[in-house]
Amino acid sequence: MSLIQKSAAELGALVAAGEVSAVEVAEAHLDRIAEVEPKINAFLHVDREVTLGQARAVDERLRSGERLGPLAGVPIAHKDIFTTRDMPTTAASRILEGWRPPYDATVTRRLREAGLVILGKTNLDEFAMGSSTENSAYGPTRNPWDLDKIPGGSSGGSSAAVAAYQAPLSTGTDTGGSIRQPAAVTGIVGMKPTYGGSSRYGLIAFASSLDTPGPFARNVLDAALLHEAFSGHDPLDSTSIDAPVPSVVEAARQGDVAGLRVGVVKEFGGEGFQPGVQARFNEAVALLESLGAKVVEISCPSFATALPAYYLIAPSECSSNLARFDAMRYGLRVGDDGTRSAEEVMALTRAAGFGPEVKRRIMLGTYALSSGYYDAYYGQAQKVRTVIAREFEAAYHQVDVLISPTTPTTAFPIGERADDPMAMYLADLCTIPSNLAGNAAISVPCGLADEDGLPVGLQIMAPVLGDDRCYRVAAAVEKALESRWGGPLLKEAPAL
Amino acid sequence: MTTTKMSYDEALDRFEPVLGLETHVELGTASKMFCGCRTMFGAPPNTQVCPTCLALPGSLPVANAQAIESTIRIGLALNCSIAEWCRFARKNYFYPDMPKNYQISQYDEPLCFDGYIDVEVDGETVRIEIERVHLEEDTGKSTHVGGATGRIHGADYSIVDYNRAGIPLVEIVTKPIPGADRLAPEVARAYVTELREIMRSLGVSDVRMEEGSLRCDVNVSLMPRGSSEWGTRTETKNVNSLRSVERAVRSEIERQGAVLADGGRIVQETRHFHEDTGTTTSGRSKEEAQDYRYFPEPDLVPIAPDPAWVAELKAALPELPSVKRKRLQAEWGLSDLDMQAMHNADAIDLVEATVAAGAPAADARKWWMGELARRANESGTALAELPITPAHIARVTELVASGALNDKLAREVLEGVLNGEGTPDEVVDKRGLKIVNDEGELSAIIDEVLAANADAAEKVRSGKIAAVGALVGGVMKASRGKADAARARVLILEKLGVSE
Amino acid sequence: MSAITRDEVAHLARLSRLALTDDELDHYATQLDAIIESVAKVAEVAAEDVPPSSHALPLTNVFRADEVRQSLTPEQALSGAPAVEDDRFRVPRILGEEA
Ligand SMILES: [Mg+2]
Ligand SMILES: [Zn+2]
Repeated sequence: MSLIQKSAAELGALVAAGEVSAVEVAEAHLDRIAEVEPKINAFLHVDREVTLGQARAVDERLRSGERLGPLAGVPIAHKDIFTTRDMPTTAASRILEGWRPPYDATVTRRLREAGLVILGKTNLDEFAMGSSTENSAYGPTRNPWDLDKIPGGSSGGSSAAVAAYQAPLSTGTDTGGSIRQPAAVTGIVGMKPTYGGSSRYGLIAFASSLDTPGPFARNVLDAALLHEAFSGHDPLDSTSIDAPVPSVVEAARQGDVAGLRVGVVKEFGGEGFQPGVQARFNEAVALLESLGAKVVEISCPSFATALPAYYLIAPSECSSNLARFDAMRYGLRVGDDGTRSAEEVMALTRAAGFGPEVKRRIMLGTYALSSGYYDAYYGQAQKVRTVIAREFEAAYHQVDVLISPTTPTTAFPIGERADDPMAMYLADLCTIPSNLAGNAAISVPCGLADEDGLPVGLQIMAPVLGDDRCYRVAAAVEKALESRWGGPLLKEAPAL
Repeated sequence: MTTTKMSYDEALDRFEPVLGLETHVELGTASKMFCGCRTMFGAPPNTQVCPTCLALPGSLPVANAQAIESTIRIGLALNCSIAEWCRFARKNYFYPDMPKNYQISQYDEPLCFDGYIDVEVDGETVRIEIERVHLEEDTGKSTHVGGATGRIHGADYSIVDYNRAGIPLVEIVTKPIPGADRLAPEVARAYVTELREIMRSLGVSDVRMEEGSLRCDVNVSLMPRGSSEWGTRTETKNVNSLRSVERAVRSEIERQGAVLADGGRIVQETRHFHEDTGTTTSGRSKEEAQDYRYFPEPDLVPIAPDPAWVAELKAALPELPSVKRKRLQAEWGLSDLDMQAMHNADAIDLVEATVAAGAPAADARKWWMGELARRANESGTALAELPITPAHIARVTELVASGALNDKLAREVLEGVLNGEGTPDEVVDKRGLKIVNDEGELSAIIDEVLAANADAAEKVRSGKIAAVGALVGGVMKASRGKADAARARVLILEKLGVSE
Repeated sequence: MSAITRDEVAHLARLSRLALTDDELDHYATQLDAIIESVAKVAEVAAEDVPPSSHALPLTNVFRADEVRQSLTPEQALSGAPAVEDDRFRVPRILGEEA
């Protein structure tokens, strides 16, 4: 088995044992990137020398006896929404083209401290706004399962890179499903930690009260290892939780659901759900029962309004968060001919530098916050948020975790929903409630849909700081299904 | 543009003014409101900036605990209620000075609300009600390049320094103040003066108006006498000295009076005060409404001050300036008028410190309000800025009391200290200013004077004791003022064999 | 009846500092109209006596000590600036109040 097919845990062990160097591991992945990148377009930035420099430094640290974590020497693809001192950071927007941050995000810093080697910055929907990675200013990323299909979004570059064996691990951010949905449609594992469990410092903000950094991996244990590597309290983020990281690695190793109470969210199924998705989900429910879980149906009627509430809250926050992109201090500047005012230059730059989805959301958010509309839109959406959090709370009195399909459909064709924002927004139907409530949630592969042979994801939701429960259930499902399939689901993916 | 004005008296005959004041105070914290950058005034451009206060993508704010505490202390000093739970809010508007293009401020949940302070003007006590005290952040500073005046209008471009961006700013807003009537300008000034002293006594800000650490916006409206319906108000921005506060109110009353008397109407707008002319000119009209789209700041969590902690802060507040003035006035036995004069001259703290350093209150007051006030006035500096300390004054009064100096010499000593010649004792040494107490030396001088003024000596000897004054004067002159005049008189009479 | 007019969209674009073309305004007016109609569903949840949640979690009182931390150097601070003069950010003329 070649290096690129190994898991992160295996690679970390090989490097730790001195059987292979971080440089060799990085080279193998850089070669793979060079080979398949023309088909996938997962990366916005790769700099072989910078990456090999990092790998050499890790080898040096290990040689000098420094004790690094289990992922030392393991390469990672980093979503281009986290600031990095040694690589440009653009959020896939023209407005930040070529921007070199003078500081590292906390997630970036912790990756480096743990000895991970950053392969490059991955593509995304501009400023993480989207569910398909088609909203990137630098062209769409393609799904390794079917190059005409979307890899999910907004973290589509990160999901595709892992599914295409360009990297064993990647980072993502999840605001309304931007980790779980891409993980589901590319057949990998993606986790949205509890809000505040992973630091937002240096994560270019889309919607501050929802954005959550999280891991992608090809298996549950790798995701947990990465989760543990970059999570935990950060004094630079006021919304960061000052509590120990839940023991996710242990939970991933355990993978046992006997006696666990599992709630199936009644509202997430049936009409609007692709039959193949529904079928695989139903099988997963049966599987959990067969593994000893107690499965009940739970109704969360307000979850139906999560989507509209989200599409008020997120745009409202983004309209303010993106105001800083004004051509004054960094980034693009358009139309500064010496006669135009700052105000005109700001408006011309923002019109030229932002893509249509970003403009749409900025205007929607501006509208929702405007005097006269605030109470009916933003204010009411915040109340819905409370109602949804209460429904979760009530549900978690009855069950330990809730489950649903991660997405209503498998990967859809590139271009299909590009001009229909409302259809696009439906991709996040099942993932958004956890963001509104700040809860933990994971997506784990549960098979291929019969209609199109594309991956289906199972979503497991848990209360705040119940991240370990997500991993425990996901690991159990993974173990059972892989023994049924005779290996990971990804081995079914066509060769690139 | 010329502005028609009505005389102040005429305007006041016809209209009653309603005031409102918004004051911004930069807190004297070591670091900024939401990041760890230094807050030093006058540092080289863009040396006190970081990802957070430059609003680099990805950066986040974390609130400064000291700024929260200072704001609560200010609120308590202004008799406010302290919120049990409140949030920061974003005030959204684009401006190049403001890196995020929103200001982190507070909206409908200020940290402190519903307070008051009393100020005294012309022997009358006026209660100023405080609507709210909230915490926000300052903006950067732009310099306008090109154009004739260095002003924003007509400039070719601007250059921006963000050192000031993110310095904690406390905004103190009064409720509308009716009833100040003819004293409105003085009331406005007295209020800002009082605020400044409260800030000083709390030690939360250096409140230097000239450095912009205390800035004032003045709202004025007029209503016709007999009416109870308030008029439209204007907001005059950035009035940056106590004197300007008074002038801005007066000027705006005169201007609005003329407009209204002419049948015109007042436009709700922002106006700008010009130090040079003492008048205001129109700025942005508020009718093209700013919509700030306030919403709770999601990057910061709510503030819920522990009531026990607030009670502790309240108990530990220093004596407030108005209370202290009353106490000192009683202790020092001064009239209202004398006390007011000291207050106006900013001399109270100096006198108090001088008394604390050991001087009798009367002497301390005499020096600060006499010789030193004259000096300060001559050089156009504030009393506190004179290069002399309360300890110096206390030492001088001690030397006078011990007979080592007389008043004339004491004044010379003060001059020496003000000239930078050292402490009072050093000046006495260097200038040789000790009173001649040496009996031998004094006796010799007296002998000389008696010899040179035989006529006068004879008169005294013959019983015209009043003539001794001329001889004492001669001794003082010969000793260049250093002789002890009383002792000289005794010795002269002795030498002439005359007893009183 | 449409939820949002083209004039309102033009106003939003001005407030948001987006110089949009007439075609774009038309396009966004149609799309925003559909989106606003859809998100108005939040009104269907009766939540009169429910407090709004501005945050995901109920944290309070997160502060930092008033301690000075290392700032950026002026070179770092200005490194991304479109234009610089005298260690300051050079920006086009500002239309604002006369100072
Ligand atoms: Mg303010
Ligand atoms: Zn800073």
